[in-house]
Amino acid sequence: MKYVDEFRNPQAVMHLAERIREKTRQPWTIMEICGGQTHAIVRYGLDRLLPSDITLIHGPGCPVCVTPIELIDTACRLARLSHVTLCSFGDMLRVPGTNEDLLTVKAHGGDVRIIYSPLDAIPLAQAYPEREIVLFAVGFETTAPAQAMALLQARRLGLTNLSMIVAHVLVPPAMAAILSSPYHQIQGFLAAGHVCTIMGYEEYEPLCRTYRVPIVVTGFEPLDILEGVYLAVSQLEDGRWTVENQYTRSVKRHGNPEARNIINEVFEPTDRTWRGLGIIEASGLRLREAFRSYDTLEKFRDDIAPLSTISPLPVECQSGQVLQGLLKPIDCPAFASRCTPDRPLGAPMVSSEGACAAYFRYRHQHQPISPKSR
Amino acid sequence: MQRLIHEIFQPAFSNVFLNSMQDSAILPALNGRVAFTTDAYVVQPLFFPGGDIGSLAIFGTVNDLAMQGAKPLYLSASFILEEGLPMETLKRIVTSMASAATSCGIQIVCGDTKVVDHGKGDQIFIATTGIGLVPNHVDWGPHRIQPGDCLLVSGDLGAHGIAVLSMREGLNFSGNLRSDAAPLHQVVSALIEEGVTCHCLRDLTRGGLATVLNELAMTSQTGMQVEETRIPISESVRGACEMLGLDPLYVANEGRFVLILPQNQVQTALNILKQHQVSHQAAVIGQVLPLSESRTPFIHLSTPFQTVRILDVLSGEQLPRIC
Repeated sequence: MKYVDEFRNPQAVMHLAERIREKTRQPWTIMEICGGQTHAIVRYGLDRLLPSDITLIHGPGCPVCVTPIELIDTACRLARLSHVTLCSFGDMLRVPGTNEDLLTVKAHGGDVRIIYSPLDAIPLAQAYPEREIVLFAVGFETTAPAQAMALLQARRLGLTNLSMIVAHVLVPPAMAAILSSPYHQIQGFLAAGHVCTIMGYEEYEPLCRTYRVPIVVTGFEPLDILEGVYLAVSQLEDGRWTVENQYTRSVKRHGNPEARNIINEVFEPTDRTWRGLGIIEASGLRLREAFRSYDTLEKFRDDIAPLSTISPLPVECQSGQVLQGLLKPIDCPAFASRCTPDRPLGAPMVSSEGACAAYFRYRHQHQPISPKSR
Repeated sequence: MQRLIHEIFQPAFSNVFLNSMQDSAILPALNGRVAFTTDAYVVQPLFFPGGDIGSLAIFGTVNDLAMQGAKPLYLSASFILEEGLPMETLKRIVTSMASAATSCGIQIVCGDTKVVDHGKGDQIFIATTGIGLVPNHVDWGPHRIQPGDCLLVSGDLGAHGIAVLSMREGLNFSGNLRSDAAPLHQVVSALIEEGVTCHCLRDLTRGGLATVLNELAMTSQTGMQVEETRIPISESVRGACEMLGLDPLYVANEGRFVLILPQNQVQTALNILKQHQVSHQAAVIGQVLPLSESRTPFIHLSTPFQTVRILDVLSGEQLPRIC
């Protein structure tokens, strides 16, 4: 398969691993931001190809994992209303709210639809004018343009039965928050290639200078990730810190200006609570004034209780530590015992980009459970 | 209801047992061990590239019999129809079932039909039950699996699940995405006739290869090692799975099976499999290992990068990811 097989070429991967071994003189700790990268690393065992001096730690780049529990509770409550159709990406459905997840609401008759693109909500809103279509807009900068496009289309078509729960988050403020922590051990970053495809990497340059960390914009295939590590290690060994672009086949310095304009037309930055991390300044998106009539939380104010600003997590769940790279999933006492994909305590155990799910799925040797016995 | 039976079902399925129109079909004595299986079929859309719910309801039950080495003989068919199902749709499905049954050399000897209110069903549900005869010397199952056995799959994986998903969700993938739904009894019968010693066959339906191997490892209390690069998967299925964030090893098949047999039988089995259209892409994908000291059954997948990971059972269905 073109654009995939070349970047999974075993000889090239082994060659690059060898070059990293040759380059490495001392221990380095590098965080990959994106959950997609984490899954590729654990799935292909890429960390096991690296010298023992290199430690990869997994970042908060799983949008589902950091969505505050109050928003999931709100989505569940709305999906239970008989006149609401809730549209969500598939990843979100199994993430536990306080008492239930969206899949449970669906099983009890709630109209919850898995969408493949936010634009799928438009024909739904047209076909069912008597229903309220609610888009659960979750994601980083990567999916924000498509969400914004859905609202622009809704406005152009005069649709008034479509609204959006905006749970979008932004990567650079989260990186700054992690680097501001006195406990962090990060010496270099692999930035998320998809996010930078949209946003470019200018906004990472101040981070790089302020915190003196190399940041390498990196793709998602095995060869991309190892090349990202190689570039980060090279900078660290040479005592440099700059933003480098490994993912040149997709990312330009200014990103995709058209997509950025669309985001900017519809959304503006706002403070946002990250599940497990707390409130991070200007780290989320909300609708601009001109689009407030599409804000689900405003539209359904009478149906939903005011949102709490506290994220109650089960006390035992240490996903906040995992999301900051302070704890490996397998070092969490609840991992694979009291927290499994069947009975998750936190979102990283169920999301397809969650670090805990990656370790459970690809690394942890547990008794296979027959689906028939569930 | 009488009209449905006389105008649609009976003419399509006509045979001496069904035509007697009794409460039960009286079948001739069978000389040997009888395999008996039942399955229910629910799929949307009802018609998809490479098949429909009718042919699926025949092939699925035929394949469950074939996996035990049984020669399929008789089927029953029950229909639950939702009020409002167009007659033309029902006719198409029944005609497809009749043609599938004929191609498998089996007879539908009894049946039942119920109609439920609109909104209480999903157009049509079909349940089929099958009976087949198992040759005396055939004894296949997880209890026969031993360390040292080889694992074969009969062809490329994931086509059925992806073809149905992409049609249902209106994902217009280019490429030739067609369900692999097909009857497997002929190739199985050829393996028996040629005297291949098999230990276990299992069709790779819901949950795909990964789920089936985990079930077999657990039942047989063994480990299994699979090489990722040896597993046949078409370009179209790989591409669609990459786009959607799905793993083809968990995607359903309706005309593929895994074959576990002693090493010295592999070449003969492959020669036979490759002569049949349904299994011409058969490949050896791995082997059965003894349990380690932890006594935990396992499936290990060797990656192309000389690393090994676990091939786990998924919790619930695979869900498409965000980005």
